[in-house]
Amino acid sequence: MNKAIEVKSVSKSFGAYQALKSVSFDIGNNEFFTMLGPSGCGKTTLLRMLAGFESPDTGSLLLNGKEVVSIPPHKRRVNTVFQSYALFPHMTLEQNVAYGLENLGWEKARIRNRVGEMLERVHMSAMAARKPAQLSGGQRQRIALARALAPEPEVLLLDEPLSALDLKLRQAMRDELRTLQRDTGITFVFVTHDQEEALDMSDRIAVLGGGDVQQIGTPTEIYEEPVNRFVADFVGETNFLDVEVLETLGGQATVRTPFGLDITVPATGSAAKGRATLSVRPEKINLGNQAQGIANGITFEGHVTSKNYMGGYTHYTLDVAGTQLRASRRNASREGDTIPVGATVPVGFVAGSARVLAA
Amino acid sequence: MTESALPTTAETERRPRTRFWHDLAFWGLLPSRLLMGFALILPIFIIAAVSVATRGAYGGFTWDFNLAGYTQILFNEGWTGELEFTPQYLLIIIRTFLLAGATTLICLAFAVPVAYFISRQPPGRKAILVYLVTLPFWVSMILRVYAWMIILGKDGTLPNLLEILGFQPGMSFMFNDGATLTAMVYTAMPLMVLPVFASIEKLDGTLIEASHDLYGNRWVTLRRVILPLTAPGITAGAILVFVPALGAVLEPTLMGGGKQMMMGSLIQLQFGGGRNWPFGAAIAMTLMALVMIFLIATALRAARREAMS
Repeated sequence: MNKAIEVKSVSKSFGAYQALKSVSFDIGNNEFFTMLGPSGCGKTTLLRMLAGFESPDTGSLLLNGKEVVSIPPHKRRVNTVFQSYALFPHMTLEQNVAYGLENLGWEKARIRNRVGEMLERVHMSAMAARKPAQLSGGQRQRIALARALAPEPEVLLLDEPLSALDLKLRQAMRDELRTLQRDTGITFVFVTHDQEEALDMSDRIAVLGGGDVQQIGTPTEIYEEPVNRFVADFVGETNFLDVEVLETLGGQATVRTPFGLDITVPATGSAAKGRATLSVRPEKINLGNQAQGIANGITFEGHVTSKNYMGGYTHYTLDVAGTQLRASRRNASREGDTIPVGATVPVGFVAGSARVLAA
Repeated sequence: MTESALPTTAETERRPRTRFWHDLAFWGLLPSRLLMGFALILPIFIIAAVSVATRGAYGGFTWDFNLAGYTQILFNEGWTGELEFTPQYLLIIIRTFLLAGATTLICLAFAVPVAYFISRQPPGRKAILVYLVTLPFWVSMILRVYAWMIILGKDGTLPNLLEILGFQPGMSFMFNDGATLTAMVYTAMPLMVLPVFASIEKLDGTLIEASHDLYGNRWVTLRRVILPLTAPGITAGAILVFVPALGAVLEPTLMGGGKQMMMGSLIQLQFGGGRNWPFGAAIAMTLMALVMIFLIATALRAARREAMS
């Protein structure tokens, strides 16, 4: 993998608050890389360091193999799409997009061509002479993208760029961002707290929490093979069961569940004998006739205590010998939502879809 | 009866209410109106009237219509009554505008970095620094100008300091345009810093970051982002400094030694020792007209900028 960015033992404190605790990871060339985490996890601080607005207390940052910590923002071939877009209100859209190119000293004709091309690309050519105040949120977003991509940066940084848009627009913009990244081949570093955005768009995701990288991996790895409770909890929904590890063997662990069943499921390396957490995602839990006859499955009985009909699927809350479990079931036909509250039904999941995490 | 002929409940309730607010506004504003009328507008009319009156033989004036006050600004009446062009007073007017303009530009050059620096401080220190900027207002202006005389004058702080550093002893920096300008810049500075600070403070910091991000260095960022977006504050500061500077009396009299006059000191002289009230009033009206032209031009420019955005 060609490394676009190398983050090496970077730490940063603001007063007594440690925003980043010796963080290290690499970002590949042409990668759509997402830093995902709750607010205060240090993701924005890292992004601002890459842009040059903050500098690390210790550690180093390499951009295409070159140390950049001492290089000011205006000399880094890195552009940012700001959360608030930060379009210059006194300039037209054209002038906004041309700004970076003018500062790079491009020739007038070349700037004109490039601005036209970028406006075309984000479908804003017709509004070139307008000012940012005359635009909708989605249009501002597009101009911010065009402005940041126009100078052909080595890396594009995106700071929660979709958070100010409404739901429909956000989904459309996700596709546009992904297409833009593929077409331009520019490395995108995307910061978000929205796990769905991260799973949808990224080649790889770094889950950050408490100033540390919790896990780095592909969206599937992050979702299906979380390495700890933080990642399993932050990305997607899941059931946590307090279990006791009886035995570990080659990435598998035999655990005793709170409802008395001993099961053998995949485990993270750090799970040792003693107390641990079992994570099972609600959609992995099958109910009724779907729960029966699962190959390599774990089945038991549960009591439906409540349910929420969501249209496409239904959420059930189950009581299994005093333990609460959440299950969601896709309503594959009109009659999909047929299990009534109060029923006692078979419950089951494939052993491979659960995971034992360190407590 | 149609529906629209009946007043709706909203209307019947609103009418007495608006009437009440209207009355309150009228009576509430009456004291201010009277004050403005008697203390500002009436005196202007009196000065306008005096400017076209006739100078009395032993000071004062008589109510005979006469434009001599105005012609005197540019012409000298010879023995035989013919008018001869004399640039004497015109030069004072030009000097006044040059000094006021220089004061404004120097204040601006100092105020923009100061205001920018203050705006980048944490909230607590920011409040203290803004307070420090206004601190000179707590001391009478005449005392502050005297303080400058002590600093710049013969045997003053600066000449003594220079003497210690090995320069020629007994220097004085008083009684010239430089001294006048120093005091004018000093007294006007807070009036420039505060409005500029207010507009820089309103400026969204991410715009500055965006400019740096898009390869703009400090100078480009200042010229293309900060200055255009703080233009309203800079204009306000320029007016607050320039207009009072045109009427400066204390600084040219005390610091300039009164030899090199400005319009303000010239007007004062005509009402005092010169005993030529119509001439003094005519200069005052001329000054006011020039200021009005400046203000109207500024307002038109601002309106045009508004219309463009």
